[in-house]
Amino acid sequence: MPLLTITDLQKAYVSPEGSQTHIIDIPHFEMEEGSQIALRGTSGVGKTTFLNLIAGILGADSGRIIIADEEMTALSESGRDRLRAIHIGYIFQTFNLFAGYTALENVMLGMMFGKGIDAGFAQHLLERVGLGDRMGYRPSQLSVGQQQRVAVARAVANRPHLVLADEPTGNLDRHHANEAIALIREICAENNAGLLTVSHDEEILGQFEEATDFAQVNRA
Amino acid sequence: MKKRISLLFIVRRSLRQHALSTLITTLSIALGTGLVMAVIGIKSQSVAAFTGGRIGFDAVLGARGSPLQLVLNTVFHLETSPGNIPWAMYQTMKDDPRVELAVPYALGDNFHGFRIVGTTGTLFTKFEYRDGVRFQAQGGGRFFDPTRQEAVLGNYAARKLGLRLGDNFTPYHGLVFDESMRHDEQYTVVGVLEPTNSPSDRVIWIPIEGIYRMEGHVLRGDGEDYVAQPGQEIPDEHKEVSAVMLKFRNPQIGFIMDATINKQGKVATLAWPIGAVMARLFDKIGWMNQILALVSYLVIVVAGGSILASIYNSINERRREFAILRSLGARRKTVFAVIVLEAASIAALGVIMGFIVYGAIFTAASAIVRAQTGIVLDLLKLHPVFVIAPVCVILLGTIAGVVPAVKAYRTDVATNLTPIS
Ligand SMILES: Nc1ncnc2c1ncn2[C@@H]1O[C@H](COP(=O)(O)OP(=O)(O)O)[C@@H](O)[C@H]1O
Ligand SMILES: [Mg+2]
Repeated sequence: MPLLTITDLQKAYVSPEGSQTHIIDIPHFEMEEGSQIALRGTSGVGKTTFLNLIAGILGADSGRIIIADEEMTALSESGRDRLRAIHIGYIFQTFNLFAGYTALENVMLGMMFGKGIDAGFAQHLLERVGLGDRMGYRPSQLSVGQQQRVAVARAVANRPHLVLADEPTGNLDRHHANEAIALIREICAENNAGLLTVSHDEEILGQFEEATDFAQVNRA
Repeated sequence: MKKRISLLFIVRRSLRQHALSTLITTLSIALGTGLVMAVIGIKSQSVAAFTGGRIGFDAVLGARGSPLQLVLNTVFHLETSPGNIPWAMYQTMKDDPRVELAVPYALGDNFHGFRIVGTTGTLFTKFEYRDGVRFQAQGGGRFFDPTRQEAVLGNYAARKLGLRLGDNFTPYHGLVFDESMRHDEQYTVVGVLEPTNSPSDRVIWIPIEGIYRMEGHVLRGDGEDYVAQPGQEIPDEHKEVSAVMLKFRNPQIGFIMDATINKQGKVATLAWPIGAVMARLFDKIGWMNQILALVSYLVIVVAGGSILASIYNSINERRREFAILRSLGARRKTVFAVIVLEAASIAALGVIMGFIVYGAIFTAASAIVRAQTGIVLDLLKLHPVFVIAPVCVILLGTIAGVVPAVKAYRTDVATNLTPIS
């Protein structure tokens, strides 16, 4: 059984002029359990929109998204919220950590709406990403690379089946970016989570066995 | 359960992050709640104290005039005396079998603002200021000898004046202290009473003869001026009293006397029942209390508005936070709940601090009431307002949270996850 199956997915935005702009038109897309896929695409082609649809943050206009046997596209908004809380971890280009919370609290917040808070696991994850001695630090007290690692730990905190990474290294320098991708891949593998990464950065994409052009997936 | 605790955790953190506005809104809620509880609590206790128990007498007989003035003057030892009545009226009352207790008061002097009341020993031997409780002299003290220049002091008066057993003092003429009005007579403190938490605590008691014989006092019991001569007995017809304090054998006697003295008679006034006379006073000044209550309700409403405004204004800067929460799987209604809980928490914190405000206002007010009247209000006396006000304020705070919560509820996730670039 595939981890993620997408069929005939469509999404259009209403442009400021009032016309419909089709951003997503994906006849078929599939991910196996535990697999790691990289999608290549320049800015504005709809990568973020695609990930938001999978995460259920955006509702699709039509088509089906099935994650771990549950159909995201058939659910109401709060149903999608629940599915996201249980099945999906999200790593953002800007990390999106909570400024007012410590590293440990940020990771625990990642568990809060899913299967429940497990402080021991949160600590374990921070140790795993090399922040065992920074758990009580707030994002502003951490380097950009460290913030990114907190975001990575948070993304797997709810033991998701699928981790979505949207330009996950966008704010890091080359060296740290490569390290970060390696870490993300390892940690997803360790936690049996599939990984779907989208990026415009060839170097990042080069770290994966293969990278697919988003344009091949998306006809829009 | 776990989720509730987590929500409270988020709420607590966000309150701390907005510490200043949390503090200000909390304080304003505290002020409003404290004010309401104080205004209502103090009013209810004062009304109870001034119209109900701790009086011990049923009625006051005095000169023709305002019953309120009579009661204020004799029971609460405030206000001026409306004048005197002849000793014979006291005698009649004393001998009336329907009257259980008649105690004469003669006023006109003070010591540093504390009133000197001339009376008989009956006050100490028969009068019960509370059911079954009589005046009690503190250790070593006794009641005065009616033939000597001796004084028994109310507890508060003794404490404030710094007078102890064996101390001497000289009365001053008039009910208001005036340095130049000093009498020559010396009085010796022979007793200090145990506290009664009643107006009597502020009184200096001396034998009624003492008032008559105080130099410069003119008696007009029979209409003609008479000045007591040392060593000579004062004929009863010259004596006069400011008031006769009465306790009846049963309430019907009050009705009858009210009819004979107030309606048919022309010389005297019977203030009866004392509680009702005072209740009429409170009715008359009720508007003042209503204004105070209204002001404190307004403070609460404004405080509720400030909860609404401060949280509402913070929503914009927190949209990204809500979006992240949603991206982690929080539902819209969870975000809504966080904001409502935040408002309710501010109200709840304010209510808790409101009890401190209440305590402060009450303590200050009761100190004034005590100094002015001797009546002691009880800070911890329970009143329904201590439940009603907090519940209403927390409810109001929660409702105030709904407006910003709706705004937070509407936050769009996708657009707020990526910073505008
Ligand atoms: N809320 C929106 N309303 C209208 N257009 C949008 C909205 N969000 C994104 N778009 C448009 O959709 C396109 C794809 O955006 P996005 O998915 O963010 O692309 P990418 O992540 O590949 O850079 C862009 O042209 C963008 O202008
Ligand atoms: Mg993007």
